[in-house]
Amino acid sequence: MAASTSYSGVEQYNFDIVKKFSVMALVWAVIGMFVGVYIASELAWPFLNFDSPYFSFGRFRPVHTTSVIFGFGGSALFATSYYVVQRTCQTRLISDGMANFTFWGWQTIILLAGLSYLGGYSQGREYAEMEWPIDLLIEVVWVTYLILFVGTIMRRKQPHIYVANWFYLAFILATALLHTFNNLAMPVDLFSMKSYSLFAGTQDAMTQWWYGHNAVGFFLTAAFLGMMYYFVPKQAGRPIYSYRLSIVHFWALGFMYMWVGAHHLHWTALPDWTSSLAAAFSILLLMPSWGGMINGIMTLSGAWDKLRTDPVMRFMIVALSFYGMSTFEGPMMSLKEVNALSHYTDWTVGHVHSGALGWVAMISFGSLYHMMPKLWDTKIYSNKLVEVHFWLATIGIVLYIVAMWISGITQGLMWRAFDEFGNLQYSFAESVAAMMPFYAMRAIGGMFFLTGAVLMTYNMFMTIRQGKREAAALEAKLAAKMAHA
Amino acid sequence: MNFNFKHEWIETNIGLMAVLTMLAISVGGLVEIAPLFFIDKTIEKVEGVRPYTPLEQRGRDIYVREGCYTCHSQMIRPFRDEKLRYGHYSLAAESQYDHPFQWGSKRTGPDLARVGGKYSNEWHVQHLKAPRSMVPESVMPNYPWLMSPLDISDVAGRMKALRKVGVPYSLTQAEYEANVTKFGETVARQLHIPDAQKNLVEQANFGNYDGDRSGISEMDALVAYLQVLGTMVDFSKYSDDAFVGNR
Repeated sequence: MAASTSYSGVEQYNFDIVKKFSVMALVWAVIGMFVGVYIASELAWPFLNFDSPYFSFGRFRPVHTTSVIFGFGGSALFATSYYVVQRTCQTRLISDGMANFTFWGWQTIILLAGLSYLGGYSQGREYAEMEWPIDLLIEVVWVTYLILFVGTIMRRKQPHIYVANWFYLAFILATALLHTFNNLAMPVDLFSMKSYSLFAGTQDAMTQWWYGHNAVGFFLTAAFLGMMYYFVPKQAGRPIYSYRLSIVHFWALGFMYMWVGAHHLHWTALPDWTSSLAAAFSILLLMPSWGGMINGIMTLSGAWDKLRTDPVMRFMIVALSFYGMSTFEGPMMSLKEVNALSHYTDWTVGHVHSGALGWVAMISFGSLYHMMPKLWDTKIYSNKLVEVHFWLATIGIVLYIVAMWISGITQGLMWRAFDEFGNLQYSFAESVAAMMPFYAMRAIGGMFFLTGAVLMTYNMFMTIRQGKREAAALEAKLAAKMAHA
Repeated sequence: MNFNFKHEWIETNIGLMAVLTMLAISVGGLVEIAPLFFIDKTIEKVEGVRPYTPLEQRGRDIYVREGCYTCHSQMIRPFRDEKLRYGHYSLAAESQYDHPFQWGSKRTGPDLARVGGKYSNEWHVQHLKAPRSMVPESVMPNYPWLMSPLDISDVAGRMKALRKVGVPYSLTQAEYEANVTKFGETVARQLHIPDAQKNLVEQANFGNYDGDRSGISEMDALVAYLQVLGTMVDFSKYSDDAFVGNR
């Protein structure tokens, strides 16, 4: 608990829950990114699988995706949404008990998910590998989150609901919808972790990618836009560039995202009408996506000098730039002709990471750097380290996505290359061998990014310690004064 | 301005905002997913596709358990190079009993939709135990633990769960007879749940997929599954453009 004298006073807001989630966001970032670097290295140096089921790529990969998306991303979203909803509604979360339940529930979910994958329990659906008992726990935690969030908004001290909260709300609702329908499954029996999906083949594929792309659209985009709408104006000290743009792009983004999942299934056994429709909406989606990016970046107008002087601001603006870049790349990859080349290759992996590292992680880092010193009522321990983190992260991303562009396009071209007699020019194994230098380069890019995250964790650890010391010193001073009085 | 006025109404009313958001995000999924269950053409009418035998299904469970889909697709696209490399493009019908689908999204290794029959059982066993001994360029993990015994105790339970989600495994005599009509007697016997364990043991002993007669291993099941992939439809029976209308 923070000292009663501090800015983060316990009476007005529940900042304890925000602190807990912030710390866990950093913990999961380090764990998840470490596993990411590890599995990336397995592809370059397969001996790292160590002939053990627990280290093998297939079981380890969902540990990476779950701990970065739901562990790091999820905890960062819980933390910032609880912070933003309290600050913008000028009211305390309606229930400390519910807030704590979401915290312990969510951490348990991530831990159980990771352990169950290593034990071989997986639904075999990307980003939804958790088996049914964990899915049920998610459902309960998520409904609690919804009630807590909406309940707090209902107690707001002013008529307007701030735009950041719209995006958090859309994210909570959409995630509930997607999670529920994508995880409909029949358990083998009540005491078995194993279950079978309710749908099969084509319908199952469509449901999964409706979920899969909207995990990106709502979990990894709408929610982080919510983060952007609070922390960018705060850090810049300027109001949001355009109120009207935020309205238009909110509704357009929410409506259109849900249509685009089938672009993951171009040229498959899914009927053409579905994937063509998805491609059309993917192209349209460029507009609301860029609407958000422009609204964020232009918020800095009149304060551009901050880019030079404020490394936290730099995290946020680079995040928005990567958001703009990957939301251009995405619609391009959803074109059938481009997709014919890019699908099944590392290009997709690179695209995901330009969004996940460039946008999601960078905006989270920026927001946490803004928020965590405030929570502990102090200043960042070292701005120099923030600066170093920024460059490590940026160089890491660039190494990563450039490696994946080259390897992806090379794979795509090698697979479809014919010799002069009309036979396939390369065996599949030759295309695998050609990837080796890029897999190594990608792993190195990941190491840069991971090192940055470790530095941040150290920096925040020291910031918290400093905050606690300052609070204790202040307390002592006050006590001394009281004694004299 | 009229437009502003209306939106102000939404952004001062959390209930209205939640309802409208729900509406906005529900349309896409409804329009794209629901019709797939009703449009008849979605799944091609094709002969030969059957549910997996108990042994194959257990192999498939292991395929899912090990996360093979993180590196292998099971979905051949209608391109000239894919036809040469993998064979006829995949039909929706071919995965109609796949709970869950395993089309995959990444080819770190090759597509497996038609890997069945391409290599010998011995090749698969050696390759799964030590991939680089067969393909030096491979980056696949070794899977030595697949030689451990297969748990066959709950195979009937697994088939019952699959039956509940629509796979035509039979429990009753009437269901069995319906399967005889639909798939023929040989297949129908494999789909009969009361005989699941017996069928599994028989197929494993007869096929001896792992080359080791001393017991039934996970390797037996996985290789049996790999060897059936993509082999159910006899494409020589269909003209080249037989399935174009379904796309």
